[in-house]
Amino acid sequence: MASMRDIKRRKVSIQSTQQITKAMKLVSTVKLQRAKTRAERSKAYFNCMYETIQGIIARTGHVEHPYLVKGDSDRKAVVVITSNRGLAGGYNSNIVKLVAGSELKKEQVDVYAVGKKGRDLLKRRGYNVKADHSEVINEPLYKDAMEITEEVLSSYKAGEVGEVWLAYTGFKNTVSHIPTLIKLLPVDGKLSGDDGEEHKTVTTLMNYEPEESEALELIIPKYVSSLIYGALIEAVASENGARMQAMDSATSNAEEMIGTLELQYNRARQGHITQELTEIIGGAEALSS
Amino acid sequence: MADERAFALKIITPDRVFYEGEAIMVELRTTEGEIGVLKNHIPLTCVVAPGLLRIRETDTEVKTAALMSGFVEILQDCVTILAEVIEWPDEIDVKRAEEARVRAERRLAEKAETTNLKRAELALQRSVARIEAAKK
Repeated sequence: MASMRDIKRRKVSIQSTQQITKAMKLVSTVKLQRAKTRAERSKAYFNCMYETIQGIIARTGHVEHPYLVKGDSDRKAVVVITSNRGLAGGYNSNIVKLVAGSELKKEQVDVYAVGKKGRDLLKRRGYNVKADHSEVINEPLYKDAMEITEEVLSSYKAGEVGEVWLAYTGFKNTVSHIPTLIKLLPVDGKLSGDDGEEHKTVTTLMNYEPEESEALELIIPKYVSSLIYGALIEAVASENGARMQAMDSATSNAEEMIGTLELQYNRARQGHITQELTEIIGGAEALSS
Repeated sequence: MADERAFALKIITPDRVFYEGEAIMVELRTTEGEIGVLKNHIPLTCVVAPGLLRIRETDTEVKTAALMSGFVEILQDCVTILAEVIEWPDEIDVKRAEEARVRAERRLAEKAETTNLKRAELALQRSVARIEAAKK
């Protein structure tokens, strides 16, 4: 049995770890709140954008626009959004697993990494990391999303990649975050969405200035950057949510361990006292006899 | 009483709802030229070019803003502007805009091989729009 001093030392060390995890949980709770309101505010923009794009595509589906058909190259650009810091449970590894387990072949993928963790994990698995925008995830701005879009689009237009994908963690609510992998380009003629809604947008007669195909040329980059921006913001919210959960369970695990150690410590102390008493009594008896 | 010429105007940016209210006329610049939108305009979607945005709320009240990029969806009784970048006059740093204008003009004048002319031109348009909006 471990000595009393050992148990005590162990207990103190766990207690200080618990203090850290508790503090981290508080910090990520605050950050989560902020990220959540931001994510909600950007939803309006995104929804509107989505509807407009859907409307245009529904009417111009037959147009052979480069953004609507697959490029010749079989290489694929994947924008992978993870975090810069760990200690967020399975947050980062889930994304990496999603990318690795998808239909995308390792040799054909160019990774555009946002977030150091995902970048390093993918690099270790042998993926080709083409660009790194890790500093962005600390405080994502719309401008950052535009820059990433520009970069990805230019290699798409140059024919270096035939498809563009986006991997991020969707934020559904505080406790559920969904690793998501979606195709950005070419834009599917039929975007996933409610069919009822689709009808509504199609029936409105709409004129375009400049005409449809030119408008597509100008609007699709905006659409892509709005998707990337939305993903960045949701990813930040998810990251903090995941970290909050991870730290919460770490704190309660520490609590449990402290409880067990407390019990062990008390037992050891009791044993120690009993032993001392027996020794004293034994000694006294030996003297008196 | 509500003005019967009024229509709903909504300006949304990725970060916030920039403006939501009623207007009787909206003036802005698109890639095809400047347009003014009144109620019952035919449905139209157009792409924004950097320029001044004027929101006429009533006959006397006019709000201005510098609209940089995005697109506009015009329906008969509602106009939605999806703006990537838009600023109220009091959010504009005039000094910075002036500097940007001078820089862009210089770049355009030099016409060096390396400069991206289209980009410089856009930068110039943006800075001019900002300066104009800030003056009002």
